[in-house]
Amino acid sequence: MSARPALADLAVGQVVAQRTVAVSRADLVRYAGASGDRNPIHWSASAATAAGLPDVVAHGMLTMAAGAALVTAWAGDPAAVVEYGVRFTGLVVVPEAVGAELELTAAVGALDAAAGTARLDLVARCDGAAVLGRARALVRLA
Amino acid sequence: MPVDPSAVGRALPPSPVYEVGREALREFAEATAAGAPVHPAHTDPEAARALGHPDVIAPPTFAVVVAQRAEAAFVADPASGVDFARVVHGEQRLTHHRPIVAGDRLVAVVHVDAVRAMAGNELVTLRSEIGTEAGERVCTATSMLVVRAPVATAGEAS
Repeated sequence: MSARPALADLAVGQVVAQRTVAVSRADLVRYAGASGDRNPIHWSASAATAAGLPDVVAHGMLTMAAGAALVTAWAGDPAAVVEYGVRFTGLVVVPEAVGAELELTAAVGALDAAAGTARLDLVARCDGAAVLGRARALVRLA
Repeated sequence: MPVDPSAVGRALPPSPVYEVGREALREFAEATAAGAPVHPAHTDPEAARALGHPDVIAPPTFAVVVAQRAEAAFVADPASGVDFARVVHGEQRLTHHRPIVAGDRLVAVVHVDAVRAMAGNELVTLRSEIGTEAGERVCTATSMLVVRAPVATAGEAS
């Protein structure tokens, strides 16, 4: 991987990573298998609509994990992420034909030189609406 | 039946051991790579060692796989009063005391931290203290579950 970012090179407000992620039904099935979360609302349209949802929806944890992947790719070492928290505030609806698009952005929210950490604030949007709230990752850097 | 408020403060018995396998970490990392190459620390022991880890390490949110298995003992227990069909995931927080490494034998102890009612929904906060069989602390995973009122309201379906 590339060189790890240094705390001294960062400024609050700086956007450090951005990515648009395509999410298909196949991705949901794959996550269901890898995570053990087999709730049918994530792969069966009839189960989703019976639960009052517009269509199959992505696992909230898949969106949270996509945010983590964005952060770890930037940090250089996945173990640098010492804290990570999100609120699930919106649905990622994944129609069978076209799937969904997730727009992810990570920006520096705070720097703590004494602790050697940067707080990254993540934004995740789908169809123009935020799907995560207070999504924050605390990353230990040199 | 509402969620049993007397459960607050209770700790469940330790979960069965979850043994972390290299291939499980690879599959999880590949399923969550979000359109980019998988970080080699999740798949290549040499790359992980180059970063100072004893073996391949888990992506940050893998801990929730371990936590959710343990939480299921509460959520699926009829005595807890949680209607699983109405549960959505409200919040998730993770504090990593050290990375999860292939070969770890993990045990989770679930604590019921809070049960409260809000706008007809019930909010249940479960904290899983994940550690090794030998007692080393590895991760604290806190999940806030929303048990929705029978009429659908806001929240993320999970």
